[in-house]
Formats: sequence, C-alpha cells, structure tokens
Amino acid sequence: MALISSTSPHTTVSNNTGAFMRQVIYATLPGLAVLTWQFGWGTVINVLWAVVVALVSEALILKARGRPVAFYLKDYSAVLTAVLLALALPPTSPWWLTLIGVGFAIIVAKQLYGGLGMNPFNPAMVGYVLLLISFPVAMTQWIAPGEAPSLAQSWQLFTGQLPVDGLSGATPLDTFRTWAGNDSELASHGILDGQFAGLGWEWVNLAFLLGGLYLISRKIITWHIPAGFLGGLALPALIAWLINPVRFSDPVFQIFSGGAMLGAFFIATDPVSAATSRSGRLIYAALIGVLIWVIRSFGGYPDAVAFSVLLLNLCAPFIDYYTQPRTYGHNKANRGTNSAKQGGGS
Amino acid sequence: MIRTLFSSRSRKVYDFHGGIHPPERKALSNGTAIVPGPMPAQLILPLNMHIGAPAKPLVEPGERVLKGQMIAEPSGAVSAAIHAPTSGTVSAIGPRAIQHPSGMDAICIVIDTDGKDEWIEHAGVADYTERSPGELVDTIRHSGIAGMGGAGFPTSIKVNLGDHQRVEELVINAVECEPYITADDRLMRERADEIIAGINILQYLLNPRRTLIGIEDNKPEAISIIKRACKGCDIDVRVVPTKYPSGGEKQLIQLLTGKEVKSGQLPAQVGVVCQNVGTAYAIKRAVIDGEPLLSRVTTLTGEGVSQPGNMEVLLGTPVRDLLLHGGVDPDNIGRLVMGGPMMGFTLHNPAVPVVKTTNCIIAATLEELPEPPPEQPCIRCGSCADVCPANLLPQQLYWHAKNDDLEKAQHHNLMDCIECGACAYVCPSHIPLVQYYRYAKAEVRQQAAEQVKADKARQRFEARQARIEAEKAEKEARRQARLEANRKKKVETSAPSVDTVALKQASLEASKAYKAAVKAAKAAEAEGAANINELKAEVDRLKAEADKAKAAVRDAKDAGPAAAPTEDRVGNLKKQVGEASTAYKAAVKAAKAAEENGDDNAADLRAKADELKASADKLKAELRDAKASAPATTAAAPQADPMADLKKQVGDASSAYKAAVKAAKEAEENGADNAAELRSQADELKAKADQLKADLRDAKANAPATPTPAPAAAPADPLAELKKKVGEVSSAYKAAVKAAKEADENGADNAAELRAEADRLKAEADHWKAELREAKASAPAPATPKTPPAPTDTPKAPETEAPQALKAVDPEVAAKRQKRLKALKTAYNMAHKQYKEAHAALERGERNGDIPAEELNAMERKVDKLKGKADVARDALDALVEEAKADIRAHTGKDLKTLKLEAARAESALADKQRELEQQRDNASEVNLEALSSELQALEAEAQIARMALKQAVEEQGLQD
Repeated sequence: MALISSTSPHTTVSNNTGAFMRQVIYATLPGLAVLTWQFGWGTVINVLWAVVVALVSEALILKARGRPVAFYLKDYSAVLTAVLLALALPPTSPWWLTLIGVGFAIIVAKQLYGGLGMNPFNPAMVGYVLLLISFPVAMTQWIAPGEAPSLAQSWQLFTGQLPVDGLSGATPLDTFRTWAGNDSELASHGILDGQFAGLGWEWVNLAFLLGGLYLISRKIITWHIPAGFLGGLALPALIAWLINPVRFSDPVFQIFSGGAMLGAFFIATDPVSAATSRSGRLIYAALIGVLIWVIRSFGGYPDAVAFSVLLLNLCAPFIDYYTQPRTYGHNKANRGTNSAKQGGGS
Repeated sequence: MIRTLFSSRSRKVYDFHGGIHPPERKALSNGTAIVPGPMPAQLILPLNMHIGAPAKPLVEPGERVLKGQMIAEPSGAVSAAIHAPTSGTVSAIGPRAIQHPSGMDAICIVIDTDGKDEWIEHAGVADYTERSPGELVDTIRHSGIAGMGGAGFPTSIKVNLGDHQRVEELVINAVECEPYITADDRLMRERADEIIAGINILQYLLNPRRTLIGIEDNKPEAISIIKRACKGCDIDVRVVPTKYPSGGEKQLIQLLTGKEVKSGQLPAQVGVVCQNVGTAYAIKRAVIDGEPLLSRVTTLTGEGVSQPGNMEVLLGTPVRDLLLHGGVDPDNIGRLVMGGPMMGFTLHNPAVPVVKTTNCIIAATLEELPEPPPEQPCIRCGSCADVCPANLLPQQLYWHAKNDDLEKAQHHNLMDCIECGACAYVCPSHIPLVQYYRYAKAEVRQQAAEQVKADKARQRFEARQARIEAEKAEKEARRQARLEANRKKKVETSAPSVDTVALKQASLEASKAYKAAVKAAKAAEAEGAANINELKAEVDRLKAEADKAKAAVRDAKDAGPAAAPTEDRVGNLKKQVGEASTAYKAAVKAAKAAEENGDDNAADLRAKADELKASADKLKAELRDAKASAPATTAAAPQADPMADLKKQVGDASSAYKAAVKAAKEAEENGADNAAELRSQADELKAKADQLKADLRDAKANAPATPTPAPAAAPADPLAELKKKVGEVSSAYKAAVKAAKEADENGADNAAELRAEADRLKAEADHWKAELREAKASAPAPATPKTPPAPTDTPKAPETEAPQALKAVDPEVAAKRQKRLKALKTAYNMAHKQYKEAHAALERGERNGDIPAEELNAMERKVDKLKGKADVARDALDALVEEAKADIRAHTGKDLKTLKLEAARAESALADKQRELEQQRDNASEVNLEALSSELQALEAEAQIARMALKQAVEEQGLQD
C-alpha cells in the first residue's frame, strides 16, 4: 500500500463545514416551529421553496463557474442562506418573491463574489434588502398573531391565488412606531401587550434565542456576537426608555421583537462577513445593535436588522485591522494596516 | 490534582491561550515496559541529527569502530558529536535517505554491525561536583547530546550560558503533550532516579533559582514516581492540565512561570532554560556512566503495530527494522509518521534511520489516520484563532499567505507561529493551514535572504566603484605630485615660483578623493554594509594621502621663501611664526572645547596643539636665527673702507655670535630640541667672527704697506675689495717686473732695487690672493651675489651641520629598522599581490556569475581580509618610513625632503657655476677666472657634503626605495 504523504497535523477533527452549517440549520427549527404556530404554514412553505431555489441556483452558477457542483453543494451554505432568508420573509410572501430574493442572494451576493468564504456581505440579508426595497408592500405584510391561516390558505398565498389583505395585520414594532409618543393609543393596542414583549413575536424571538444558545453550547458560534448585538440594542433602548417611556419602547420589547434574536444568533454570526477577532466581533455586533435601535427609533423602517448587518459587514475588515489580539511574546497588539501604501488592498 | 494545582500560590500553574484536546491514544503504548530495540545489520547515522552544523566524520570506510567510539566530531559552536552505537565496520560514508519531510538524502555514516556490541574504553565521573562546569559542558558536548524532545538543539550550548545570564528557572519538560507518544512517560516510570540525577547535574551547571518539572495530568503513574524520586531534592513537580501543545517550550514556560518569551528571543533571555526529561537522562548517562548518546527510547505505536510499546533503539536503526521488530504488516499501514501526529512528518521510505530526536514512530492504518479530506473554503469561523497557543489570527494568516501577501502576513505575526497544528486540527474546512504558514515563512525567509543578497551585491558594487574612484584619484594625486616634484626640481634651478600651485592642485585632488571615500563609507555605514571596515581603512589611507599632499604644499611653501632674498625670508618667517602661533592657539582652543565636551578626539587635538606649538617654537627660533644672521650678510654690502668694513664685519659677527649664544642658552634653558643646533651655530659664528678679527688684524698690518690704492676705491664688497687689491697689487707687480726688466736691459743701477720692489709686490699679491681665497672660502655663499637663486644663503651652512648630525645616529637602531623595513616591504608586497589576485578572481567570478553565492561571499571576505592585511602592512611600512624620516629630522634638523632638496640645489648650483666658468674661460680676466674657480671649488665641496649627508641619511634608515 502506498503510504500517505502529507504535512502535519496528521489528525483533524471529524467535523466539517457542512456539519457546521447543518448545526445552524437545526438550531433554527424552534424558531421555525413557533413562526408556524403563530403565523401558519407560510414560513415552512417558504423555507422549502427557498431551499429548492438555492440549490438549483447554486448548482447552476457553480456549473457556470466551472466548479465541482456536488462538492460545494455538500457544504450546506446555500441551504443555510435560503433558510435564513425564508425565515425573515413574511409568511404571506408569494413564490416569486422568494425566488427573486434567494436567487439574487446566491448568484449575485455570494457566487459572483467568489463563492463561500469570499462574499463581503451576508447573502441572505442582501436578498432581503433587495426585496424590501423593490417590493416594500409585499415585504411588510404580516399576519396578525394568533390568526394563523390554514395550510390551504398558506398555499394559496404562496401561489398568489389569495390576496393578502384579508389576513394581514401590523407587527408590534410597526404598531409602536406608528403610535410612539401617544400613550393612550399605545395602551389600546393589544399586540404590544404580550407576556413580556410584543404579542406572538415574543415567542418567536424566545425560540430563536433557544436555538442560539444551542449553537453556543455546541461551540458553533461564540457568545461575542449575540452578546454584543443584544447589548448594543438593549443599552441605548434602556437609557432612552428610562428618559421617555412613551416615546421609546423598553429594552425587553426591543430584543424580543422583530428579527432581533434571529439577527443576533443567526444572521450577524455569519462568520464570513463578520469581523474575525473576538474583540472585533464584540465591537462589530454592538454597532449592529446600536444601529438597529437607531433605525427602529428614528428611521423609516419598523425593523433594521438587515440594513444594520450589511452596513457593519462593510466595516468588518476595518474593525479587524484594529482588533488583532496581542500575539504571544509581543508587548502589544499590532494595530491598523502595516503600511500606508497597502491601506487599500487586502 | 486539583490540590496540586491550587495548594499554594507559588505552585500556581498558569494558562496559555488556546490549545486543543485531540484523542490521546497513549494507552496503546504506555502499558508495557521499555524493551531493547533490534540490532540491525546496518546502522545509518546522518551527520546532521541535530540543529546546527553537520558533524565532521572522523572515520574512513572500512574502519572498525567500537561501541561508544566518536565517529564524527562537532564542527562548530552549534553542532554535536556522533558515536558508534555498537561495534562494527564503517561500510560507507555517503548519501542516504534521512529524517526529513521531503525524504531527501544527506551524508550518513553507515556501520555494518558485528553483533559483538564491543564497548570502547569508557569511564564516568562518580562525583560530578568535583568537575568544573566547563569540563562537564565539554563532556556533554563530546557525548553528542542534543535536545531529545524533538528539536535536537545541541544541549552543550543550552547549559553553557555564561556568567552574565542568571537562570531563574530550570524547566524540565516532561509534558509529552502529543497524542500517541509515551517514551518520556515510560522513561519516568522506569528510570526516575537517573532522570533526577541528570536534573541535578543540570542544576549544578546552571545554578537556577528554581527547578520545575512540568508533567501533564494524564500520566498519574509517572507523576507519583517522579514525586517520590524528587523527595529531598530542590525540584518542584508541577502537574499541568492535559492540553495540546502544553509541551511546547514557550507554552510550558508560560504554564509554569507565567513568563512569555519575547518574540524572536530565546527562553534564556527571560531567565529560563528548558530541557527535555530525556535529555536529562542522557546527561546522566554521559556524565556519570561515561556513555555517550548511543540510543534513545522511541515509541513504536499505531494500530498497524501488533505489539506497540517503547523500545530503547540504537541511533541509526532504520525504521524498517523497527517495524519488523514490532510486528508491523507493511500492507496494513496507510501512513508512517516519525514524531507525533500533530507535528511529526510522514515517511515514504522506511529505510530512514531513527535519530536523536525520534521520539515516536506511528504506523497507522488508513482507518486510523485517513487521507485528509478535501480542502473546503475558509468561512472565517475563527475556530483556529480560538485554539492558537500563540494567539494569532490563523484565518487572516491563511488569507494573506494564500494571496502571497507576505507583508500583511508578517504584520499578523506570521513568524511567531510555532507550527503546532492546532489550527489545522480544528479547521472544519480541513485546510492544511500549517502548510500555508510553512510556505509563507519559507517565502519570507527566502525574500529576506534575497534582500540581504541584493543589498550585499549593491554594497559590493558601490564599494567597488568607490574603490576604483579612490584608486584613480590616488593615482592622479601621485602623478600630480610626481609631476610637481619634477617641475619643482626644474624650477629650483631657474625660478622658484610656480611649484606650489600644482602641489596645491594635487592636495586638492587628494582631499577630494578622501571626501568621496568618507561619503561612500558613511553611506555604507548607514546601510550596515559588511565591508565597512575596508572602506574605513580606505578612508584613513586617503586621509593620510591628503595630509601628505598638504604637507608637501606646506613644505613647498616653506622652501619657497627660503630661496627668496633674506629680508623676504625674515618677513616670511615672521608671517609664518604668526600663522603658526595662531594655528597653535586655535588648536589649544579646540582641544579645550573637545575636552569639555568629553569628545573622543580631545587627546588627538591636544597632541596636535603640542605639535603646532613645537613647530611655532621652531619657526620662532629660525626667525631669531635669520634675524641674527641677516645683518651679517646684508650689512656686508656697501662699505667705503675695507678696514672699516672689516671692523664692522667683526662687530656684526660678534654681535651675531652673542645673539646666537644667547638664543642657544635660552633654548637650553627651555629644553628646546634645537639647542644643540643653536649652540653649533653660535660656535660657527664665533669662528667666523674670530677669522674676521684675524683678517682685520692682517688688514691693519698691511694697510701701511699699501697706502695708495686703499682709499681710492669704494668697493661694494670686501671680496671685490680684496680682488681689486689683488688686481692692483699684481698689476703693480707686473709693472714693477717690467720696470725691472727695462732697467736690466738699460743697465740702470736701480734695477736691483726695482727687482726687490717687484719681489715684494709679488709677495704682496700672493698674500692678497691667498687672502681673497680665504675670504671666499670662509664666507663664500653670502658673498656671491652672482648666482641668483643663491641656494646656499640659508642661515645654516649645511656643510657644518649634516655631517655633525649624522654622527649622532645610533647605527644599531638604524640597522634594526632597516631590517624591519625590508621585512615589512616584502610582507606588504606579498599581501598586495595576494589581494590583487583575489580581487581579480572575485571580479572574474562576479562577471561570469558561474560561482555560487556562498563561494562569492567567501571570496569577497577573503579579498577584504587580504586588502586589510595589505593595508595593515602598508600602514606599518608607512609608519616605519615616517619614523625613519622623523629620525633623520631629529638627527639632522631637516627632513629627508630638505636634505634631498639641498643636495639637488647644491648640484645645480655647481652645474651653473661650471657653465659660467666655461663661458668666461676665454674672455675673462685671470682674476675673474680665479675667483670663479675658487667659487666652483667651494660649491663642489658643498655639493659633495650635501650628497654625502643625503646618502648617509638614506642609508642609515634603509630608505633607498
């Protein structure tokens, strides 16, 4: 038998990137379940459809790029992108919305940049923002919590046979944003009055939190990004709420509303487009959190996870340059780029 | 264990960043005792089993060797000896496959074993404390001990740090953190006492404040045995948690002491010395048992081995023999690893021998260590950064290494990577990260090496340019100087006016060359050029050259006025004295300033100031001389009366004499060098004065006898006066003779009377002629206004000085110096020749480019060395020549140049005079002719003397060349 000739180390973890991705996908299941419980089968249908779209577009683009299709499909990164994007889409969204969003995310935001590991932006969020800007009406129609449509209704919504209007209702974030500062109106909207946060959404976020904690326990992600994210969101919210509780929502409401937990544990933690050192990740995530609070409180959109993540994706390389850890045997960490002439490239 | 970890603050075990917990797989091999390894038919001993220079073979093929016999000696500071692990015959010394990841060949000594295992005579030291540490270090060095943990750094260097380095902690590495390996574990369990004895020797050698043994907590038996063995010793056993790579030197130091070894430094620089436990054992065997390093404990393990365990393997045993001995089915193994699974390397050829650093052989099945999975894209998950013990960002390093962006990779501290493999171990994308880092590190090193090479080439080029330029300038300066000397010689004979200009030019060029060289040297220094010393030597040489040229200009200036009329000379001297004292004062001031600033060259400046003072004093004395003698010469001109003239001369001479005596006395009192000179001058003046007095007496005596002609004329000069008198007397004599003849013919009765008168006149004429000759002889030079350059009218008459001074030269010293000069000259010529040859060879090599860089560098070094040698020889030669010249100066009061000048002047004056005589022979009067011939005689004597003085001086000092 020919002896294997390879360099050290000769043993590695049995883990692989595909397993990594699969773990993340598994961790989204509690959130998916709650979403289905609260808003019907739309999300499940979306997820399945998105996965199909992602696999097909990934295969096509890999073929076009002359890469081994099966090898790259096995890394589950396209599936994960599809799942995350589908989870963020309204359960009422028709098939073409998902198709456009996922197709754009995989083909443009990921593969045209060089494929897995090379994309500067989170592909799912690029797809999401594309849809949000292009189809704002379709993207902001959510089903009122507790009024989940039947499977048949969901399918009809998906195929576009059933108009959305009859089923849709405002989300807690939307409601608060509309009536912020008006105490009596805020009090009259039951959707804001869940067990501890917005009605329905509190459970969705709690489920994603559980999934996220599972990821941390499996060492798929570290605590830095979720902690930074939630801290960055909750701290300014707390301060503002203490100052003016009518104008600003409380921090618990903030972190258990909208895409907060999904963003904190599943979106911002995408390692490819995040900062890479530990302190860098803290800074990166905290800034995302702050930005979300700013946009939610003062911006034109009720939620802002996608925008904030994309904006901080831009900053990640820069943050990396300034957050290198102190190497063993060095008095202090290297900071910034090593020379001015190299400032632009990397 | 918890108690061990936290029992006291001083026993604290620190932590290091990262680390991994790969499956240990130690149970495979740690259950059985160490057994002797096989006795193979052939042992293959690579000359570089260690880090550093390969050992130098001491044996020849065919030679029989005994067990323990040194077969290769260390060849340099960082090297280790090699011994025959058993008795046998050296069958070959040649290339064999060695322990290298590339599977490359290297020179090995191959021994065919004879199975007798016959020991060479050997003896240990019962009590090592009786030996000095130096002796023990020597023993360790000659026992061939090199780090047994895996690096193979010669141990003798690590235990010989010198007095300036205080060892705070001696750390014994018994961690054995790599999976599979159990060699140290078994060694500790079975030979703890010997290990402790080895550690004691290390303690004796290093005298550390603390000695710490670090053992991972996965070896409880070894821990308890070592703890027992350490009872009563000053050794601290520290149990560290199992985590790879806690056995890395830097990591263990951090674990046990909390210290970090600075990047690029050695542990010794933070007061720590780290030794492997196996090394301690080897040291014990070497020192106490007298057994050099012949074998080591190696773990043979892996699922492909039927009886895994530890063996005491003879160094040089081919892995194949080991595998056979361990019952390995070669068809069942998928991967053969030398070392651990984390940092070892795969072997493709089982003929590779076990060496000093081989702690483990893993014969793994394909299932056990399967083919590495294909590399997936990096998703920057950061797992690698979490486990990196150096706290690097491996994902960034990978990114930059892959993009060949070495600068950025270095900015991320690529070179601090210890290649432990933890990052690659955890990488979910199975990226062989260490391979990328090795590649990038090799690239960085190669680039650095190329940079150094390029820098060197550039420096070499620049140095060569500078050298060529300097040589050109030097040549030009020499040419100019030669030209100048020739012109000066010519000018000396006609008109001494233009010589300084060209000399100045030469001096200017020389200083230009010097400055250019200084600039080149500075530039080279700024770049840290290797040949800076050579350039400096060049600069020094050029400076000397420039100084010489300057001195030549000065000499020329000095000599110029000497040829000018006397009054000019006095004025000139005054000026010079003024200049010299100004220079002296400035020098004193500079020296003081330098002393206050504590400059290095204060002493130099002070010496220079002293020198300037001496020259100023000399000039002053000269001025005094000139003043003293000037009246004697100038006042001799217009005289109405020969008597009065003579009287005045006598007066002047005696006053000059008195002045000279006074000056001499003064000089003696001041201890001036030229006191003797002045004294002799005074004597001379006295003789002159005496003679003049005698003349005056004669003149007085003769005056009444010749009353008529005397007052009639008003000659301009005593000699002319005398000449005229001679002419008058002789014409009177002739007239008298004619009158007497006529009287005879006429039969006049006063004929006898007339004849008597003629006789008397003839006597008188004869007397005056003699007088004239004498006068000419005594004051010939100052009295001859006919030769315009008047080289002899220097105040010091050379004929009295040179011979006198030459007597003072110590012939023994001169002879010795002559001998040395000759030897030095030969040495210099040889060195210079060698240098030229080496230089030519180097240039040829550089031009053809067919010689490897190392050889070129060696050649360059050689050229530098030879040039240095030649320079040294030349400097010594120059110094000696200067010394000799100084000697001549001291003895003759003149330097060689002046002597030469004088000789040349005398010769040319003689030639002129001869020509004049030739021209006037036909038409001049007898008197004139006579005067001329007597002048000629005097000049001839003078030239003779000057020639002799020069010759003697030159011969005395052996300066013919």
